[in-house]
Amino acid sequence: MAATYPQVLLQNRKPNRIATLDEYRHSGGYEALATVLKKHAPKEVQQIVLDANLQGRGGAGFPAGMKWKAVADDYPFPRYIITNIDEMEPGTFKDRIMTHVDPHMIIEGSILAGYAVSAAKAFIFVRPSYENSARILEREIGIAKEDGYLGKNILGSDFSFELIVHRSGGRYICGEGTAQINALMGLRPRPQQSPPRSTEKGVWEKPTVLNNMETLVNVPHIVRNGPDWFKGLAKTKTSSGTKLYCVSGKVNRPGCYELPMGTRLSEIIDEHGGGMLPGSDFKTCLPGGASTSYLQKKDYDVEMDFDGVKKANNRLGTGAVIVFDQKTCLVAATLNLMDFFVRESCGWCTPCREGLPFIRDLIWRIEQGEGKEEFIPLLRTMSAHTWKSYCAFAPGATMPVVSLIERFPEEVHEHISQKRCPYETQREIPDRRMER
Amino acid sequence: MKKYQKGFIVMLPDELRRTLQTQIARAEDPREQAVDVMLHLQRHYGYLTDEALEEGACLLGMTPLELEELATFYDFIYREPVGRYVRHVCDGVVCWMNGYGTVLDYLRLRLGVGPAETTKDGMFTILPTACIGYCDLSPAMLVNGRPYGPLTPEKIDDILKRLRETTVPPRLAR
Repeated sequence: MAATYPQVLLQNRKPNRIATLDEYRHSGGYEALATVLKKHAPKEVQQIVLDANLQGRGGAGFPAGMKWKAVADDYPFPRYIITNIDEMEPGTFKDRIMTHVDPHMIIEGSILAGYAVSAAKAFIFVRPSYENSARILEREIGIAKEDGYLGKNILGSDFSFELIVHRSGGRYICGEGTAQINALMGLRPRPQQSPPRSTEKGVWEKPTVLNNMETLVNVPHIVRNGPDWFKGLAKTKTSSGTKLYCVSGKVNRPGCYELPMGTRLSEIIDEHGGGMLPGSDFKTCLPGGASTSYLQKKDYDVEMDFDGVKKANNRLGTGAVIVFDQKTCLVAATLNLMDFFVRESCGWCTPCREGLPFIRDLIWRIEQGEGKEEFIPLLRTMSAHTWKSYCAFAPGATMPVVSLIERFPEEVHEHISQKRCPYETQREIPDRRMER
Repeated sequence: MKKYQKGFIVMLPDELRRTLQTQIARAEDPREQAVDVMLHLQRHYGYLTDEALEEGACLLGMTPLELEELATFYDFIYREPVGRYVRHVCDGVVCWMNGYGTVLDYLRLRLGVGPAETTKDGMFTILPTACIGYCDLSPAMLVNGRPYGPLTPEKIDDILKRLRETTVPPRLAR
């Protein structure tokens, strides 16, 4: 039996049904908004969230309170919030689950963020694969509006706020904050380096705060129960709150589980994910989506928070655990990941546009049995070049590559010496080939 | 579909035009609605035709080229004819390890078309797609936005049968 923990974000989770506004209210929903509008100045809300050490859940772990405080008093108006539900990191599906569990928590979280930085409007940026989520949110926003939680003079206060669902057309890079801002403005979505930071000049040159949806759903609970309560939810001292961990791959119960931040990986896989499939043994996992490193068995007990995973020379990323078993070829898996990154590169800068296809080609050759030992140092050099790229996309893309050759060198050598892939059960090559 | 000629603009139905105009008027800036307008137009025309692109650009106050700049960027905007049902088969790493190859093989067997191809009756297009975010249901695919998974040959047969029974095959002009 898996240990049970207090459910905060998924407390209204029901099989095959979305929580209604009444159900959300019954669990304390919109109380935080009412309290804040009566009792707290925007600055106080920022401070509460900062005190709670709410780390951004999109992957970087940057404290949300700090991001909000970056919007200085003298910055112009109107200001904007972007609630990021682009969620395109492979293995990650928590935002989709959340919109199907309790959409009003997302709405309240977005409004509170808006209040904290005196914004007038929030855009919820939704990827096309989540059309259902977009429709749910549009419907529930309408309901929230009817009950006075959105629109002019919310709950009789002088705070007015609007919430818009913005549909995207796809592409991984749109999940990157500055690219998303470009996408929202109807420009070709490519990342933009700071300065100026988007908190100063974002959407239409106006201060814009972009948060991952999972970050924002925590805010109503923090306001209601206090920063200390929130910190107490985590298993580790360096983190706070709960985390929506996604488990997928060779496990018995793939799914999204809300567990204390810092829960050990072994517990996530063995207990909540139901353990490995019959006949499967754990070989490795990507602990936080595709742009993290393969994790070695010796780190199986790692505490899954930002600091814990960092100590194991890895990244928590989105907390999406992709589990590989002993029968899965890691060279082929890396080839699949590189296919993804090559396809999704926005093409803006050379290290990414040129470097990634080159790396992909080397891995493809190794998988095909055409690999040579000298490819390995070449992969290392090429991966290092990606650190000269314009945004974090390409360095992230090479994390699986570098960890493959550092942590599972025998598997690569085997491919080269045997001049074939030793994993017969694996379906060889993905169909999208890009031969050079 | 009529072949595009210069100066020839297909009129949108009034209702759709009004919907789009209202939507654009509500936005902070018309461009904000660019993707949404393209998604609407492609639903109407079947794909984002050259006419649709011109009409969309006109509604948005952009040049067709500016809109094309966006259209070509996104993988859910179709600039070429697609079937009545577009199957975005997920080839993300989780689906790959859970049998994406088998799913694709089976679709090829049943439909006689491979990736990026459309069946002769204009019913189905297969497009392998980056992780669609249904890893808990892998191997998975989207059919016109609707998710299906975990896919088995039986389930695929079932989906195909249901869609064929409920849809009149479109007339394809190519």
